[in-house]
Amino acid sequence: MSRTIDAVVSPTQTNTIPADISGQMLDLDEDDDLEVFSKDLTLADGNMFNASMPTSPGSMVNQCKFEEDEESDSKDIFITVDNPESHVTAIETFITYRVLTKTTRSEFDNSEYEVRRRYQDFLWLKGKLEDAHSTLIVHPLPEKFVVKGMVERFNGDFIETRRKALHKFLNRIADHPILSCSEDFKVFLSAQAWELTTYKKQGPGFLSRMGETVRAVANSVRGVKNRPEEFTAIQEYVEDFSNKIGSLDKVTQRIVKEQKEYLEELKEYGPTYTLWSGSEEELAEQLKGVAGCIERCCKETEEQVGHLSDTLVPVLHEYVLCAETLKAVLRRRDNIQAEFEAKNEALATKKVDRDAESSDLGFVWGSLLGKNPEEARHQRQERLDGEIEELKEEIDKLEDRVEWANNALKGDWGRWQRSMRGDLKSAFLSTAEKNVDYYEKCSGVRFLSLPPIVLP
Amino acid sequence: MLSVSCLSALLLHTLERRMADAGNKESAPIGGDEFTNTELENNKNNTMVEEGSTLLRRMEISVAEAEKRTGKNTVNMQEIFTVYLIETRPIDAITEGHNPAPDSLWRRYSEFEILRNYLLVTYPFIVVPPLPEKRAEFVWHKLSADNMDPDFVERRRVGLENFLLRVASHSVLSNDKILYHFLTEEHRWKEVVYETGFQAKADSRIKALSATFRVKNPDKRFTEMKHYSDELQSLTSQLLRVRARVADRLYGVYKVHGNYGRVFSEWSALEKEMGDGLQSAGHHMDAYAASVDDMLEEEEHYADQLKEYLFYAEALRAVCRKHELTQYELETASSDLISKKQQREELATGMVRTFSFKGMTNKLFGQETPEQREAKLSLLEEQIVQGEETVTEKTVECEEYVKGAWVDMQRFKEQKDRDLREALIGYAVMQISMCKKGIQVWTNAKECFHKM
Repeated sequence: MSRTIDAVVSPTQTNTIPADISGQMLDLDEDDDLEVFSKDLTLADGNMFNASMPTSPGSMVNQCKFEEDEESDSKDIFITVDNPESHVTAIETFITYRVLTKTTRSEFDNSEYEVRRRYQDFLWLKGKLEDAHSTLIVHPLPEKFVVKGMVERFNGDFIETRRKALHKFLNRIADHPILSCSEDFKVFLSAQAWELTTYKKQGPGFLSRMGETVRAVANSVRGVKNRPEEFTAIQEYVEDFSNKIGSLDKVTQRIVKEQKEYLEELKEYGPTYTLWSGSEEELAEQLKGVAGCIERCCKETEEQVGHLSDTLVPVLHEYVLCAETLKAVLRRRDNIQAEFEAKNEALATKKVDRDAESSDLGFVWGSLLGKNPEEARHQRQERLDGEIEELKEEIDKLEDRVEWANNALKGDWGRWQRSMRGDLKSAFLSTAEKNVDYYEKCSGVRFLSLPPIVLP
Repeated sequence: MLSVSCLSALLLHTLERRMADAGNKESAPIGGDEFTNTELENNKNNTMVEEGSTLLRRMEISVAEAEKRTGKNTVNMQEIFTVYLIETRPIDAITEGHNPAPDSLWRRYSEFEILRNYLLVTYPFIVVPPLPEKRAEFVWHKLSADNMDPDFVERRRVGLENFLLRVASHSVLSNDKILYHFLTEEHRWKEVVYETGFQAKADSRIKALSATFRVKNPDKRFTEMKHYSDELQSLTSQLLRVRARVADRLYGVYKVHGNYGRVFSEWSALEKEMGDGLQSAGHHMDAYAASVDDMLEEEEHYADQLKEYLFYAEALRAVCRKHELTQYELETASSDLISKKQQREELATGMVRTFSFKGMTNKLFGQETPEQREAKLSLLEEQIVQGEETVTEKTVECEEYVKGAWVDMQRFKEQKDRDLREALIGYAVMQISMCKKGIQVWTNAKECFHKM
């Protein structure tokens, strides 16, 4: 499938109405990536973390294949996020990640870019994409703050988890037929740090965005009247899905917790056999054997828990965030429709106004001011006609907007469902495989511990 | 790689051969057909038939059932207790091809305790097999500490049978008449056993065991054995404690997976394409969560085998302590005799070797008359004669005790090594079986996820 860009570009590219204002309002605070830091990290000289991921095109193909089954043959853009480094300035300390892009797309001047980005930049990109395409489903970013219980060893694990999520975020955008064509995306991937800062400052100022958000709130309070059946169905699904995935997330985290506690006890169990072997003669070897077995099983259990934490937990958590994204997207679609409906009502009211007999008040005023009643009425009618024409134009635009929003969402909805199935299926499969492997290793270890039985 | 059932069969075969090698031509028949394979195995594991055993050769013994009864206790209050059915059959009749109905009687746990206390007192040089625990200890959270819990009662039934089989196959204990009465006479038995007067001895035994005294020359082997029994006790109890905690945690892990079952099932109703895969995966998660109950119940059997040796350690210690006591009594008697001889010497020669109040008062208030001295001397002579008899008796007692106890401790050691070896093998087999179940469940789940 070739990557053709849809001819329809959102008419509201530069004049967006963000539906979810909370993100906007709080975005003033800059310390998203400060959460990570504690004073005694030995990060001063940077570059303490995982080595860069392989950058040869061949290995990148494999990596991307793993992430996306569809369209992997025709990938023309490869992105990796790696190499977290800490930066210390006078005011703050934060982490940047290397974003490496290799592409053959024509809209890019070069075929390779290497830039450093911090979490804030990713947030900015997400916001811009959502503004521009309010009813497309943008893959979620990892959370700003550390969620209690999710992260234990504050430093390496958290950064690695975040890095992986950021990597996935960019690749999902790159795979999206519409989002990947965004100018903001291109700038994000290619601009040097100062260029990006300059670029960010463009666009609608803060105050104008305030006005828009007020209108958006007003619209959302009004609510939508004639939502098409299919979107109601999607909304119900999203509600239920959100519950289920939330439960799965909790259950999985609970399993990790229980498994870790089991491991702790197991670590104390083996030594009791070793201790006992010290007091025995005939039984000593056998007891030591049992102790050894248990130790091996401890290692396997540790690996299994690690796998669960690295593979299943992050994916489930991602989809919990996805569910919230979906809810927001549906709300925004509703708001677009609500605005359209509101304007329609306004039009109807105006028409009624115009066609009605002159109101007494108007007539009275007119006569007070010495105007000819006929003239007054004629002037009024002309004015209203003008307003009605204006309204009709606006309504046409809004109608287009509603249609575009609905189509975008419908298209993306199918896409999202396919991704979701793929992601969750592969995560659960991987978990099941690891568990089979775990039990096979444990049973093998135990079997070898049995003393040779004299065969008849 | 051998399958689990193959391994179990091999195990059984090895045990049978070992018993044959021990010189006893007959295998130890256990009980009725109602026993499962595992129980048969387990009983054979636990009860190696000794060479030259007596009662068990003549009689088939089993503790077949347990029932609840109500009755009035010693303070005339209503209570519920459990009774166990002991069944016996003469072996001759069986080997001759008849199949007579077993004789049977009901006994409660407290009666077993009385029997054991009697044996402890009557055969202090024997490491007497222990009873199953009075109250459930080392429990992990699922098992209530409730003595009425059916699983607990069942395990106790097995433990009581094990006790009887061990006693009835012991070369010394099996000949005891009281034991025989216990197995055959339901109602008069208690009177008979109390008539032996063992109760008084039991009380003084307990006092003696906990008394502190210094022995000058204990048999070094017994000192070592006592030390070992202390270690065995603390090591096995530590192991049992940790094992219970591990079991508790493992239970938690398995049970939480049951939530997957519920959520998958609910989720499958939402999805069109993934629905079937999710639904069946959910069933497997439910099965996984449910499987832990049986697994841990089976592991309780392993714990019971360890517990038996935890309690055996106490019996072993008691045997060592009894030696110390007899040795101490001998030493006391000896030193008493020596001091009496010294006194005689002093009286005879008039020389005071050691300080005594008598000597002082004599000096202060004058010496005794010759008649008084004669009286004293003859008393002393009597005491010395008695003392020498006592010392001779005690010496013999001590020597015989050491001989008999040492033999039984050796027997015990060999039995322990055998039993624990088998227990550890059985434990490994159990663990392997658990892993196999895990492989099966997750392989099935994998198939279901593939279908998603």
